[in-house]
Amino acid sequence: MFTAAALALLVTVALALVRALAGPTVFDRAQAANTIGTVAMLLLAVIGFLTGRPDFLDLAIVYGLLNVVGTIAVLKFFRYGDLGEPGDETTTR
Amino acid sequence: MSALIDVASWVLLLAGGAFCMIGGLGLVRMPDFFTRMHAASVTDTLGAGLMLLGLMLQAGFSLVTVKLIVVGLLIFFTSPTATHALAQAALARGLQPLLAPQEEEDA
Repeated sequence: MFTAAALALLVTVALALVRALAGPTVFDRAQAANTIGTVAMLLLAVIGFLTGRPDFLDLAIVYGLLNVVGTIAVLKFFRYGDLGEPGDETTTR
Repeated sequence: MSALIDVASWVLLLAGGAFCMIGGLGLVRMPDFFTRMHAASVTDTLGAGLMLLGLMLQAGFSLVTVKLIVVGLLIFFTSPTATHALAQAALARGLQPLLAPQEEEDA
């Protein structure tokens, strides 16, 4: 049953990867990357149960923290064009 | 009793996987960026919640359940934050919703 859940999560990752490759704007790609991060957390938890090693949950927690920090950093870069002070909105692509 | 908990956990896991796939499908099929964001929130809330609940039923009362609750709280707090920042950044860059009226924009 954990195998079915892991397969469903892998299908979700594949669908998000399609959107990340075909996304017209950079925000579509950021959204797809965020979804892939969330699903990767769940996949780490499910794989921990699948292999009988629940230590994978620590990896899931660390991955979630890195995921949210990365998403916020990418969004700040594409909103302000800089990771430092919030200046005027430049038109970086 | 143990078999009942097992069946409930399987049902929750399968429902969580189904909702995750529905969210991914919406991420591919929706026509607009903001509707795609709306579809992706299904994966973050209902899919993740049901799947973590199923894993908690499988783990019982132990440290593993505490870690699962921490993962759930992490998703619960960071996913709306990321979605909010995403919508703010998209609106600041001038990305309009597909069906928005042209003069008044209040997302």
